Amino acid sequence: MIDLTVIWAVIIAVAVAMYVLMDGFDLGIGILFPGFRVGKERDQAMNAIAPVWDGNETWLVLGGGGLLAAFPLAYAIILPALYAPLIAMLLGLVFRGVAFEFRWRDPAHRRYWDAAFCLGSLVATFAQGITLGALLQGITIEGRAYAGSWWEWLSGFSLLTGFALVVAYALLGAAWLIWKTEGQLHDDARRYATWLLPAFLLVVGAVSLATPFLEEQYHQRWFQWPGLLVTAIMPLLFGGIALTAWEGIRRGRDWLPFAAALGLFALTLIGLGISIWPDVIPGRVTIWEAAAPYSSQLFMLVGAAVLVPVILAYTAWAYWVFRGKVGEEGYH
Amino acid sequence: MTDAETALLLARLQFAFTVSFHFIFPAFSIGLASYLAVLEGLWLKTGKDAYLNLFRYWLKIFAVTFAMGVVSGIVMSYQFGTNWSVFSDRAGPVIGPLMAYEVLTAFFLEAGFLGVMLFGMNRVGRGLHFTATLMVAIGTAISAFWILSVNSWMQTPVGWAYNEVGQFVPAGSWLDIIFNPSFPYRLVHTVIAAYLTTALVVGGVGAWHLLGRRDTPEVRKMFSMAMWMLALVAPVQVFVGDLHGLNTLEHQPAKVMAMEGHYQSHPDGAPLILFGIPDSDAQTMRWSVEIPKLSSLILKHDLNAPLAGLDTVPREDQPPVGIVFWSFRIMVGMGVLMLTLGLVSLLARTRRKLYDWRWLHRFALVMGPAGFVAVIAGWVTTEVGRQPWVIYGLLRTADAVSPIATPAVTGSLIAFVIVYFTCFAAGTWYILKLMSHAPAEGESDVEKEGPIRTAGITPAPSVER
Repeated sequence: MIDLTVIWAVIIAVAVAMYVLMDGFDLGIGILFPGFRVGKERDQAMNAIAPVWDGNETWLVLGGGGLLAAFPLAYAIILPALYAPLIAMLLGLVFRGVAFEFRWRDPAHRRYWDAAFCLGSLVATFAQGITLGALLQGITIEGRAYAGSWWEWLSGFSLLTGFALVVAYALLGAAWLIWKTEGQLHDDARRYATWLLPAFLLVVGAVSLATPFLEEQYHQRWFQWPGLLVTAIMPLLFGGIALTAWEGIRRGRDWLPFAAALGLFALTLIGLGISIWPDVIPGRVTIWEAAAPYSSQLFMLVGAAVLVPVILAYTAWAYWVFRGKVGEEGYH
Repeated sequence: MTDAETALLLARLQFAFTVSFHFIFPAFSIGLASYLAVLEGLWLKTGKDAYLNLFRYWLKIFAVTFAMGVVSGIVMSYQFGTNWSVFSDRAGPVIGPLMAYEVLTAFFLEAGFLGVMLFGMNRVGRGLHFTATLMVAIGTAISAFWILSVNSWMQTPVGWAYNEVGQFVPAGSWLDIIFNPSFPYRLVHTVIAAYLTTALVVGGVGAWHLLGRRDTPEVRKMFSMAMWMLALVAPVQVFVGDLHGLNTLEHQPAKVMAMEGHYQSHPDGAPLILFGIPDSDAQTMRWSVEIPKLSSLILKHDLNAPLAGLDTVPREDQPPVGIVFWSFRIMVGMGVLMLTLGLVSLLARTRRKLYDWRWLHRFALVMGPAGFVAVIAGWVTTEVGRQPWVIYGLLRTADAVSPIATPAVTGSLIAFVIVYFTCFAAGTWYILKLMSHAPAEGESDVEKEGPIRTAGITPAPSVER
């Protein structure tokens, strides 16, 4: 019989990955926002994401809702464990979400909403990075509940992952702007990307080096056969794509940096998956221990099998409608 | 109060605050999305510019409302876990899939087509744009369907069994769980409430401009449409509300006892308590103004039917009567006023004075926010009325809370209050500014507005206009 628990683990992993890739670039543009000149440059940056940010964030809701539905125990342990960073993330998302609308509505206070947009994006990203770090370093559980203190998430490692994600999203955002815009903003985005790519390699390298020493499980995964093979191949692949990205940023086609950045993200996420599998709470709870009963999984799977392709289709259509360069004059 | 009790109280306050704030936006956007679809449909059918101008006018307001609904809604999808983790763990197998269906069928639909609806008028054909508007409107309705199914299951849980670790797991048919006993009533009652809320806002804005002598054809059109909606739907809501109440009496009698303020049982016909001061310590209603036997007539359709009171419910299982008693009266009072406004507008219409009776316009203006008051009061009634249970009769609210420390929940509550009041006060201000000019001939399009427009895709004029 097919193991629905595995299927659901994959679906949720894909939802989280979709979220990271899609909201990643619009959060990244928020992080870079103060680096753009007031006026047309900022307006253009905003226009490059305004029609799609809402859809991008919906993947976050699917990640959260899907976790509750398919792995309720994991949802019930992770959310209290990461209480402070998650609340900070939500409040950050509130600020940046309303700023999309409010900045147009109120030119007199536009710089405040621009600041809210940037700060909200920054806080949300940093908090997401902390969440990742805190999960990787392990959380305290007793019975079916979180049993640690409310600042257990705070550590040097989680701060490092928080910082790493800020750099990573900023890179994605810059790459998106290289693809979607022209003129001054396009040139600025290229310039930022030449700094962000090396920074990204540096922080991902630091996180990758630190991770295997957090838990015996990660260490075994990466430094024993057959994991060693992956450990040997991963840096090569990573280096190859990074070189492509570098070429793209320097002089390549406009879409190339974004495609390469997506590749780098995908590899990083696969690496994380290798470390964590088959746990839903790394080193603590496996996907089978946290899984919802078969009938819940099956009921949802029927819907997901039909709806996810439809969702992907009309999301792609929405992106297609707003294809091409944004231009300095908006969508026309 | 022990530390755990303080944390519980703060967690409840936080949930009440975030969910109440959130619901204000969907209560408006569910109706407004449908109204926009009707306006665009009428424009396509008749070709009259007034409909297009109204569509563009309300689209700008919709954009701001929807953004606030989205961000406050994302918060809700995480509140279950951050503050109510025991509930999430135990009820997740039943309610989780329903919420996942809400994301898959509604949220993506709304988000996927919203961009095209707001910014795509000149990028896709008229037919496709209308489809996008319809999809957003349908998405809001589907969203209401699933989340109200979840809420209703928590009020009237059926189709479940315990598993070996004490989780509620589905047993039998999912259709039984989705269409649980209170769901059809709650769904219809809530969606109609959203339509009435929108009609009152649209009518209030129309009345404001009629009073200010800015009666463009668009203003007249929207005022008339809103008054039709009220006149036709408010009576339906009274009927549906009555059915919903009878359903509650069957499944959650203690809630109805609190709504009615019946501390004592009445073996031969219970009075309708119009007003009074509930005293739960003494288990009695003070200073009450009563109409004999009327409550039995309303609830049992029989003057002399016996009606049990809270004296049949153990003290630890009683809801807080004071809040429920008063919130129910606020909701009903608002309903009566809506009904009156609808009837008066009919009278004015038959006399051909719909655009002339200034006291009618004043009445409609004052009633503009009445829908919000009524829906919040209604939700307070049903949610406080089902206490002390989070899953009715099965899981107590006090047993469902997360193992969170008091400082964490205090800090987050303060942060929510500050952020929500800042952001949503600003949003409300912008909406009022947008409403302050009358929709008129050549209502600004997304694309054709002054210098700010050419720089952006802004669907609305700036407030300085």
